[in-house]
Amino acid sequence: MNSIQKNRLKDQLFKIWGIACTLFGLVLLTVFIGDILIDGIRRIDWAFITDLPSRKAEKSGIYTALMGSIWILILTTIISFPIGVAAGVYLEEYSKKNRLSALLEINISNLAGVPSIIYGLLGLEVFVRIMSLGASVLAGALTLSLLILPIIIVATREAIKAVPKSIRDASYALGASKWQTIWNQVLPASGGGILTGVILALSRAVGETAPLIVVGALAYVPFAPSNPMDEFSVLPIQIFNWISRPQHGFIENAAAAIIILLLITFVMNGIAVYFRNKWQKKWK
Amino acid sequence: MEITMTKVKDKKSIDLDKVEQQSSTDGAKIAIKDVKVWYGDFMAIKGIDMNIKPNTVTAFIGPSGCGKSTFLRLFNRMNDYVDGFKMEGKIKLNGTNIYKKKVNVEELRKEVGMVFQKPNPFPKSIFENVAYGLKIQGIKDKKFINERVEKALKQADLWDEVKDNLKKSALALSGGQQQRLCIARTLAVEPSIILMDEPTSALDPISTAKIEDLIFELKEKYTIVIVTHNMQQASRISDYTAFFYLGELIEFDKTKTIFTNPEKQQTENYITGRFG
Repeated sequence: MNSIQKNRLKDQLFKIWGIACTLFGLVLLTVFIGDILIDGIRRIDWAFITDLPSRKAEKSGIYTALMGSIWILILTTIISFPIGVAAGVYLEEYSKKNRLSALLEINISNLAGVPSIIYGLLGLEVFVRIMSLGASVLAGALTLSLLILPIIIVATREAIKAVPKSIRDASYALGASKWQTIWNQVLPASGGGILTGVILALSRAVGETAPLIVVGALAYVPFAPSNPMDEFSVLPIQIFNWISRPQHGFIENAAAAIIILLLITFVMNGIAVYFRNKWQKKWK
Repeated sequence: MEITMTKVKDKKSIDLDKVEQQSSTDGAKIAIKDVKVWYGDFMAIKGIDMNIKPNTVTAFIGPSGCGKSTFLRLFNRMNDYVDGFKMEGKIKLNGTNIYKKKVNVEELRKEVGMVFQKPNPFPKSIFENVAYGLKIQGIKDKKFINERVEKALKQADLWDEVKDNLKKSALALSGGQQQRLCIARTLAVEPSIILMDEPTSALDPISTAKIEDLIFELKEKYTIVIVTHNMQQASRISDYTAFFYLGELIEFDKTKTIFTNPEKQQTENYITGRFG
């Protein structure tokens, strides 16, 4: 066997290894989703979505948890989007490149890797106790905002970095100020990337359980929140609660709720992909 | 050197050529005095004096890394954003030092437009590209903007090709059209000086010829400074030529003189292709 044949063989072997690895993930996911679908799909109907939680499995619905999740989603977006994007723009465009900014950069990347329950503890102390917001939707949303801010900041910076220098040069050369250049050229050009990052971060926030439990989200809330200071539950907590019940009916409920939650994240990721493709088309 | 000519007091005794040179120092559009530039520890420009006359085309030539682009970008302060940039000396535009603290850089750039090496239209419509410079000045008068856009596109010799598709993306244009769009975009702001940094190096010969024709027409109203690697281009389109080498201005004279009878051996070696 000469070296060309050897290389070809290695190439083939690596290809097979790669396919096997990809399939491993896909098969697991398929089995998991299939299992959930078998358990839960029959349980899903309009009543399941609009019913309040109940002690009887077959009468229970996800209305309060779903509304809680939507409240959390909206508030978290309102809080984290402007702060995260502004911080990203500042770090990338304005801050001087020195040791302090390097330190800041490393810390933000590290923060993205801190376990979410730590953020829950921080939220409990700062928002629930010190700011006395109580176990409210607002406290939960603030906590989740902290959790996803690093992701949004990193995504924003990456998106801004990808804007070609030639576009900035052109804008400056026509007499535009820094802010005009950022607002009229850099942000529209990086919008797709920023939105993708924000949506992916939010879809992570929707699935978070631990920090909200620590903050004091309840497993059983009889009413959907009507203002930011109300108590709340969210879908993942509802699922966690149902799964820990012994009756088989609740297992079905949990599976059905998981399907709804997966659907939400699926749609959000879909929107993210859509934006990315749309922006890329415009730019290339 | 030319500068010494200005000290001649007796005007009757000097010939026409000297009169012209005298006015070059007094009425210079851009007067550069002992300019030095550093990037960190690296000295990119090592003390240059130069006077650029109004309504002329001045070409900067020299091998890569000789500092000609850096020098060009001093005139609209595009080096300000480069890390480690430091500058000494004076550059006077219409008599005002543009590196004074009080100078508004945005205002300066409305006076000194720039066309870059690679066509860099904004990923917007043709119309929006040309109107951008006006919109950032806060101009909202639609009729005024429409007129300016049309005028600029006509001046850049692009109007006939795009007048029916002003809403089309600028990125759909060919490379040569994009570069003329970039020139139109610069003209719309109505600067008095246009800096061009190798504007045809990414274009085919036909597009290059169009841009060169354009430069020839534009010099009636504008002062043009162009960096080029193309000797023929410099000799075709410019009135004055400056030869740079390793951050120094080796020779600056009428283009005809530079290309037929240069004073320095280095210049001759470069333009005849013996080095660089």
